[in-house]
Amino acid sequence: MKSRDYILPALVFVGMLVALYMIGFYAPVEREQGIVQKIFYFHVPCAWVSFMAFLVVFVFSIRYLISRDKRWDNRAAAAAEVGVLFCTLVLITGPIWAKPVWGIWWTWDARLTLTLVLWLIYVAYLLLRHYVTGDEKRATLSAILGIVGFIDVPLVYFAIRWWRTQHPQPVFGGGAGSGMDPRMAATLWVSLAAFTLMFAYFVRVRSRQLALEDEIEQAHQLADEASVSMRGDLR
Amino acid sequence: MLRTIVTILWKDLRIELRTRDALSASFVFCVLVLVIFNFTLDLNAEEARRLGGGFLWVSFAFGGILSLNRSFALEKADGCSKSLMLAPADRGAIYLGKFLANVIFMLVTQVLILPLFAIFFNVPILPAIPLLVLIFLLGSIGFSSVGTLFSAMAANTRMRELLLPLLLLPVSIPVLLAAVKTTQYALGVNEDASDWFKLLIVYDVVFVTASYLGFEYAMEE
Repeated sequence: MKSRDYILPALVFVGMLVALYMIGFYAPVEREQGIVQKIFYFHVPCAWVSFMAFLVVFVFSIRYLISRDKRWDNRAAAAAEVGVLFCTLVLITGPIWAKPVWGIWWTWDARLTLTLVLWLIYVAYLLLRHYVTGDEKRATLSAILGIVGFIDVPLVYFAIRWWRTQHPQPVFGGGAGSGMDPRMAATLWVSLAAFTLMFAYFVRVRSRQLALEDEIEQAHQLADEASVSMRGDLR
Repeated sequence: MLRTIVTILWKDLRIELRTRDALSASFVFCVLVLVIFNFTLDLNAEEARRLGGGFLWVSFAFGGILSLNRSFALEKADGCSKSLMLAPADRGAIYLGKFLANVIFMLVTQVLILPLFAIFFNVPILPAIPLLVLIFLLGSIGFSSVGTLFSAMAANTRMRELLLPLLLLPVSIPVLLAAVKTTQYALGVNEDASDWFKLLIVYDVVFVTASYLGFEYAMEE
């Protein structure tokens, strides 16, 4: 690793430490919900990272189909894996908050349902990658699903929104009833930034790992070919 | 272009007329789903009318997956798909031919299932038949559009038939939801379903286009 490769992990480390400090000590305890509200500083960034990851899969899938460069496929695969991971965390942290506040673990509210459907689509994406043999075919087929799946997201959103909604409306961002304590808002922004950096770092590490796997695979093939031709020479 | 579409469509219809494989499988499967719903839920006529749209579309989705799977499993046998790809024809036209065949299979199954549904569950459907057939057509177009693309993709994997429902069902949630809501409207359950009709049409347009474009890549060997 070159020395500049340490910049991003260092930023992630510092960012997460600052975010954790702010969540624990700087942001005030919410009056009605109590300490359980703090999970919000993890839940919202996880949701943001997973939605962003699926957008990134979409963009990289298009880039793969245009360029046919395996590196874009590796990056799309890495983003999808990280996206599913964070989407799973959203689906775990949500109920932990909902049980004490709403009194139930789960409700078929618009945003919960949308997150669950997204999780299903991108788990299917990972399954598809797993079940295709052949690098090029895997890259092409999963790029198609990465594009079609993402085009589906707005349609899923409208379908589910008309179906029902009861999620707490966003309390930040300036709309009516936007009553978040500035310290809470600052904590959320820092946490969002730290999670975004972490997402970038995870995708980079994972796509490099996939690229190394490709290199090893190529080296094996070369070695096989070389040994075959050597045996030919001996005869 | 049009000639290719018609040739592919006619080929699939002729295979179906001679074997009746896809239609008989999906029809029997749809009947089974309805019968199992009846046993497990034990409904009266009013509940059946209210929930009927859901029953119908769950059975259509499952039956549709059976016939969609067959669509490209058929081409994999004897290397037909390779010959199709070698043919000097537009890939998009091949997609449209296969897609139209799948829409027809799904629609025929639905029209056969509808009277059985009315008899089994005591739901009056006679005045709603034209609207129901329109909804079935729109729903089948949406479901088969992505379904045909994913069937071609699934046929290229190790898992073949097993993968299609895993890929197709999550992506089909909007079209299934819209189809159920409009069917309920036709059966007199909801007051207004204009948004859902719009969603059905938008889904059809978006995914016929996207699948048409994506199919070219899906069939590479």
